[in-house]
Amino acid sequence: MKTLTDNWSTYWEGFLGTLSLFAVSAVLSLVLGVLVASFRVSPVRPLRIFGAVWVTILRNTPLTLLFFIVVLGLPRFDITLPFYTFAVLALGCYTSAFVCEAMRSGVNTVPTGQGEAARSLGMSFGQTMGLVVLPQAYRSVVAPIGSVMIALAKNTAIAGSFSVTELLGTYRTINELGYSIVWTFVWIAVGYLIITLTISAVFNLLERRVAVSR
Amino acid sequence: MNRETTLGGPAGESGAPAGARGRRAGKFLLVAALLLAALAAGCGKAGTPPPKGPQPSALPSYQVQDASAITGSPTLDAARNRGHLVVGVKEDQPYLGQKNPATGEYSGFDIEIAKMLGASLGFPPDKIQFKTIASANRETALQNGQVDYYVGTYTINDNRKKLVGFAGPYFVAGQSLLVRKNDNTIHGPEDLDGKTVCSAAGSTPYQRIQSQYPKAKLIGYDTYSACVDNLITGQVDAVTTDNAILLGYAAKVPDELKVVGPLFSTEPYGVGVPKNDTGLRATLNDALEQHEQNGDWKRAFEATLGLSGEPAPAPPQINRY
Amino acid sequence: MTVESSALYDIPGPKALARHRLYGGIALLLIAAVIGWVVYMLFHTEQFTYEKWMAFEYRGVQELLLRGLGNTLKAFGLTVLFALPFGALFAAGRLSDHRAVRWFSTLVVEFFRAMPVLVMIFFVFVALKVQPLWALVTGLVLYNGSVLAEVFRAGVLAVPKGQREAAYALGLRKTQVMAYVLVPQANRAMLPVIISQLVVALKDTSLGFLITYEEFLHAGKLIATNLDYDLPFIPVVMVITPIYIGMCLLLSWLARTVERRSRRSPAAQGGAPVAGAGVATGLPPSAQQ
Repeated sequence: MKTLTDNWSTYWEGFLGTLSLFAVSAVLSLVLGVLVASFRVSPVRPLRIFGAVWVTILRNTPLTLLFFIVVLGLPRFDITLPFYTFAVLALGCYTSAFVCEAMRSGVNTVPTGQGEAARSLGMSFGQTMGLVVLPQAYRSVVAPIGSVMIALAKNTAIAGSFSVTELLGTYRTINELGYSIVWTFVWIAVGYLIITLTISAVFNLLERRVAVSR
Repeated sequence: MNRETTLGGPAGESGAPAGARGRRAGKFLLVAALLLAALAAGCGKAGTPPPKGPQPSALPSYQVQDASAITGSPTLDAARNRGHLVVGVKEDQPYLGQKNPATGEYSGFDIEIAKMLGASLGFPPDKIQFKTIASANRETALQNGQVDYYVGTYTINDNRKKLVGFAGPYFVAGQSLLVRKNDNTIHGPEDLDGKTVCSAAGSTPYQRIQSQYPKAKLIGYDTYSACVDNLITGQVDAVTTDNAILLGYAAKVPDELKVVGPLFSTEPYGVGVPKNDTGLRATLNDALEQHEQNGDWKRAFEATLGLSGEPAPAPPQINRY
Repeated sequence: MTVESSALYDIPGPKALARHRLYGGIALLLIAAVIGWVVYMLFHTEQFTYEKWMAFEYRGVQELLLRGLGNTLKAFGLTVLFALPFGALFAAGRLSDHRAVRWFSTLVVEFFRAMPVLVMIFFVFVALKVQPLWALVTGLVLYNGSVLAEVFRAGVLAVPKGQREAAYALGLRKTQVMAYVLVPQANRAMLPVIISQLVVALKDTSLGFLITYEEFLHAGKLIATNLDYDLPFIPVVMVITPIYIGMCLLLSWLARTVERRSRRSPAAQGGAPVAGAGVATGLPPSAQQ
């Protein structure tokens, strides 16, 4: 307990760092993910190919390598941004590939007849997607997006090794002050549990809400 | 899963018939496997790419002594049974402790110190195995016997003395700053306000900047080579650590980097030994003293760190605590 | 199925086709512009000079990379070796009839699934002072083993109830029902899900880089940040990234092949809904990163 109370400000700073890193990357990944998902089902071939390449590359690259590429690589192209922005870029782009796939499989759960019916009413691609398919897909997308978001929250831990203030990185500071290393990690674990369990609770709630509205 | 009855199915990759996809993947794998096989077959050149920076004409050699009279050191006994010494070092510090990726050979001042101590313990250079140990793992490596002793910019301080023993010091360094050659805004630590400074996360130089120059934006990696890379590409404005380390980097690319400012700390480098092995510690202290007196120490310095333009200092007083 | 028959839009007429072509053209131009900029920057920053690539000519450097790759595969192999029994053990624990065992297994599995794998790795490495390889493997086994436990459990639960009941009716005991009836049927349907989890494990071996395990990425970094080789960072990335992607694609391709085969086989029909069952637990394996 002493480990926690004595280092409360360090922990709190790290906790907030993880939260903000998660929140900003989540927004970026959702925006990018939906965009790329719509590319992947669109009638325009170059966009479809772009979407497929984006997803294939990012899904199969280790996140550590991606961080490495962004932090040491982008400055070579005269792109020097704060480390926090680099971390958000790496996390957001990486997660967007998983968001895209979750969205796409969500769209796949909507019966074909719905799309056909919408079309027979004379709706365009945009209308079919926006008014008919996506609202129905939303229901089956909530759970998988939830687990993608939990994975994102856990992945923020990597940013600590690339000069971003976050929860896992606090162990260094606290360890040097001579506190019990085991307890240091226990409180870090509690911090992550709070975050992941909250996200999972929020998405469970959302899931139940949309399930009722059926 | 059943793509025939889905809405988003036909797009992109998933639209290709499964068989074609499989064949394509197969072809790709074949090519990758061939490339790897070509690599494995060793179609490469032997040797090493030409190193940059000044090179020594020849490395000094140290007379291997008959050390069978030295007893009372469990570490040394274990090494004798094993037939060779295992010495922990750094791998990414030019002119101090650097491993050549192509040949796997280590070179630098720390390596020379390790070799001359090995010679005094009765082990010729080919009976010394070097092992890269990162800063964070040094104490553990000595405690659980992964290495017999450690020579790698290891500052002697009281906290560490609780965990390991130190022979030496064999060199005294001090914290300094490495900046880009064309940067005329940083002359010392007081110019760091608002600048991005990189160091090894959690290291003593890192903590010193944190507590004494809190206005500097501090960046931490696990190695200095990543810091230096970021310095050259402009992602950070300065790298800070002991001058000995920085001088080595600057000597590699003198057109791009320079070491500036006064030394703002004192870092006596010691040889780390297992804490309870006082026999080994005493033996290494004797050996250091002897090599300092017979000129080996100076020759080693001039063949390594001295190439950066730094004249050989007088070796520091051995501290037998 | 061809693109034209998507249910989301009509078969495009001449006007729509022209419009799509216009969009396609604009998209192509934008993509070409980005690629062009990247290529320009690559040349502008002189990434294709001999100096930047010469390191790869030397056998020592090639061997360094191969050794790194070998270490990556070693960590991966050890992870698979221990994670599968770990998963099986805790899946059995969660399906146990004893409440204490069930309770304990659930706690373990849920805890390790909710924790970043890097926290486990660092804990073992820093607090327990374990060697990098074993710290990495321990972390990966705890995490991937827990995810696999959920996969196994879902697989067993997805076998139709009648199978279990029939087996009990024949007088088989609990263990026998599991070993002879449920697991063999669940196995084939689970295989693709298991393999895609292994892709995650393979990618996560690169976390070893952060605790100085000398794996593939570490070897790459050693070359990339070497001043003697003119800091060949971009060349190193160009070499190691395709190899990582290739290895992951190889595994995913294996997963798809197995999936296709098991779908075709009538014997595995019973276990077909496993993928769905995986989603139902809230953590589809594909989303585990």
